[in-house]
Formats: sequence, structure tokens, C-alpha cells
Amino acid sequence: MARRALAAHLALTYGFLYGPILVLMVLSFNRAGLPTVWTGFSLEWYVTLADSPAILAAALNTIIVAVVSTVIATTLGTLLALGVERRRQSNAVDALLFAPMIIPDIVLAIALLSFFTLLEVTLGLHSIILSHVVFNIAFVCAVVRTRLKHFDYAIIEASIDLGADRFTTFRRVTLPVIFPGVLAGALLAFTLSFDEFIIAFFTAGAGASSTTLPMRIYSMIRFGVTPEINAMATIIMLISFTLVFFSQRLNRATVSD
Amino acid sequence: MNSQRRSLVLALPGLGWLTVFMIVPCLIVFFFSFFERGVYGGIEYNFGFDNFLRAAEPIYLSIFLGSARIAALATLIAVIIAYPAAYAISLAPKDRQNTYLFLVMLPFWSNYLIRTYAWIVLLNREGLINKALGGAGIITEPLPILYNDFAVITGLVYNYLPFVILAIYASLQRLNPELREASTDLGAPAWVTFLRVTLPLTLPGVAAGAVFVFVLSIGNFITPDLLGGGRIQMVGNLIYDQFLSARDWPFGAALSLILIFIMMLLLFTQAVFVNRAQQARAAPDG
Repeated sequence: MARRALAAHLALTYGFLYGPILVLMVLSFNRAGLPTVWTGFSLEWYVTLADSPAILAAALNTIIVAVVSTVIATTLGTLLALGVERRRQSNAVDALLFAPMIIPDIVLAIALLSFFTLLEVTLGLHSIILSHVVFNIAFVCAVVRTRLKHFDYAIIEASIDLGADRFTTFRRVTLPVIFPGVLAGALLAFTLSFDEFIIAFFTAGAGASSTTLPMRIYSMIRFGVTPEINAMATIIMLISFTLVFFSQRLNRATVSD
Repeated sequence: MNSQRRSLVLALPGLGWLTVFMIVPCLIVFFFSFFERGVYGGIEYNFGFDNFLRAAEPIYLSIFLGSARIAALATLIAVIIAYPAAYAISLAPKDRQNTYLFLVMLPFWSNYLIRTYAWIVLLNREGLINKALGGAGIITEPLPILYNDFAVITGLVYNYLPFVILAIYASLQRLNPELREASTDLGAPAWVTFLRVTLPLTLPGVAAGAVFVFVLSIGNFITPDLLGGGRIQMVGNLIYDQFLSARDWPFGAALSLILIFIMMLLLFTQAVFVNRAQQARAAPDG
């Protein structure tokens, strides 16, 4: 009885979590575009999107920011995880690695804006990238550290005893073992950067040339509900879901073996 | 090179990046907060505590209290929804728990703006909920359910619920099943076992989830901005305004510091609380 009530509650919770997203996705295929009436299946809002140079430019900017910040953060975050895991546990380092995940976005955003302004750095895509690396390092590092918890350091000693140098050992032994974790971290970092709005908004500068997709969506939303936003939202949600799905798969393989 | 030094070299670039692009910017905010706004929006380097005094003025104090109220309500509702959901997942067959948990967390990692926008689609005057209720003849006038506290709280609960479920599920996982069995064996009914054993032992998980929701809600900018329609001002929006419209950076910096201070205080309290719970568990006689 109680069990059945709990299961029903869980089902309702999933309904609450996914209902709004599903409504959005269904409406993006409605010819009328708005929830008033269903007037038939149509792809015209997707065509409108593909025809908009402003949206395509923003999409390209977003991809550049996400790719570059992911590459930097994955490299630094992985090295950081390797370094931290082998050292004595330090509360200061743990706090430093935890801070980017918990600090309110708006605070990090104004802090970075103040920093760049004080140093008279011209704002643009590059300053968004420098900023996104901050939280991405923390997430990549956290994911790789979980992988390292199960790492058997004896295989490194074995490799060195057998005559391999440090670099060869890293390339042939350590990296292949932790690679699923590194990839999972990279996919997560890409998704976070791809979707991030506030920090990008503050560090992009005034020029339209560094507008990212979330910034574009934000200004569109402020004008109200439109079918184009529904279509764009559907595409973005599907991209995020796919990336997170693969990241999770890799991560689970990580923990279970 | 010994292994301690080698691991330091590996960690250095990442730690350096966080120092330059997080610690230093936060220190700059710290310093800004003691100065004054210049005539044209710049910064006058006259040291003082005026910004903090100003933050305690009734107009700003009411924004802090209002944000705390909305954040607290969102936290309470999120915990009430999350606890039974996490409990249901922990009762599911072991091989399915990971999938259930993944389905809870999936929306959490996706686009925050879009998840918030979805509620504009549902709640506006021409939105699905008003259309459905109107079509069913339950209401004649559209309900004003967007651009108010209700919409903001709904949006916050919706966005942070997954994390609360995760935190509570994690504490249910750590719970020793023998304790519950012992309680049942000694003749306690299921609800007594829940109230006297399960709930107290999972409170650290509830606290972790609650602190997270409260902290991210009180410093939120997007949800009050989009779902509050500019009518609901929260600390996040106030900071935003100081930097982008009022151009009073030192005051915005002071507000940010106060926000961080509230956050650290809560995290610290939660850590102490969890520590005490662990010590109590380690010393069963005490």
C-alpha cells in the first residue's frame, strides 16, 4: 500500500520533471506554433531557424566557446585530478575545487567582469572561454577523481619496473585506464559551456559578434513565447540529453568495473 | 623528483587557472565593496563601509528578506517532493536504481534558460494550463499564475528538485539496513521505524540538498527575471542591476559579498550538523 503510493509519487515526479519539456517539444511541431489549437504537424519553425543568419552565427559562437573551453578544461582538469589524488588530502584544495560548482553564477559573472575591466582586457569570445574554463575544470576534475578512486597504482609501478619511462607509462597505462572518465568529464564540460548564459552574458562585451546561443535565446524569450524558440529549445534539449546520456554511460562503466 | 612534488606539478596549471580566474576576481570584488561609485559609473577609491550600511537600509533589507522567503519556500516544497521520490527509488530493484536516478538528473544537466522558459509556455494567460482549465469550464477568466511568487517558486523547485532527490537518495543508500530491521524486529510499526530511525539518520542528506537549493535560489537571477516578469526582485537581480543598469559596481560588489557570506554560513552550519550526526553514530552509547 505505502509502496504503491511511493511508486505513484515517483511517477508524478517524473511527470513534473519531463512534462514541461515534452509540451515544448510537441508545440515546436505545431503549425500554429502556439498552444491554442493543434493545427497539424509542421517543420516550418525549424526551417525558419535554419534561415536565420543571426541564430546560425550565435550557434557557431557557442560551439567555438564550448569546444575550446572543453579542450582546455579537460586537459587541466585531468592533470589536476591526477595530481590531487596522489597527494595528502587538503581541505583548502578541496574547497577550491568545490567553489566553482556552488558559487552563484551571478557572483562569478560580476567578479570576472570586474577582473577583465580592471585589467583592461577587451571582451569577446576569448573572455567567455577563459571564464567557462573555471567551472569546467572543477567538473572535469570531479569526474576524473571518481575514476581514480578505483585506480590500482600498482600497474604504474609495474610499468616502471618493466623499464617504461614516466611519459610512456602515462600514455600506455594511466591514460587508457582513466580515459572513459576523461571523456565523460569532457562531454559534461561541453554541455555546461554550451548551455551557460549568465557568465557568458557578462563577459561577452557589447559587440553582437560575440553573442552566444543562450544569450540569443534570452533576448528572444523576453519578447514572449514564439514557435521559433520552441524549435530551438527542442534541438538544444536533445543535444544536451544526448551528451549527458553518453557522459553518464561512460561514467557508469567507470564505477562498475 | 619525488612523487609529492610531481603531483604538485600536475595540479599546478589547474590550480593556477582557478586562482587567476576565480580567486583574484573574487578578491577584486572584495576590494571594490569598500569603495564608492564614481560620477560616471567608475570607482572612487575612498575607503569606507557605506555600501554595507546601505545594504541594511529597509528597501534592500526587504529584498534580502523577500528572497530568503521565496528561497525557503522553494526549499521546503522541493524537500517535501524529493523525500518520497528518493525513498521510492531506494526501494526499487538494485539494477534499476541507477536508471531511475539518471532520469532524475538528466534535466538538471540541460539548459537552465529553456527549462525556465518551458514554464512561461505552460503558465501564461494563453498557456496550456489556462487553456485546459478554460476548455474544461473550470475557469472563465485566465488565472494570473505567471509573473508572481507562485511562478518563481515553481521554477526554482522545478530546476533544483533533481539535486535534492540525489542528495536524499545518497543518504538513504548509506543507511545501514540492519538498523531498520532491528527496529521492526523489536516490534515497531513501519511508520515508527521511519520517524525514529530512517528520517533522523537521513537528515544530513536532506540538509545537504536543502542548503544547495536555498543558496542557488537566493542568488538566482534567471528565474525571478523570467518568471517574476521584473515584478519580483531577488538578490541576484539586484546585483545584476548594480552592474548593468545602475552602474554602481561597489554596491553590487558589497551585495555579492553578503550573498557569499550567507552561503558560507549555511554550508558551515550544515557541515557542523553532518559532523555531529556522524559522531553520534560512531558513539552509539553517547
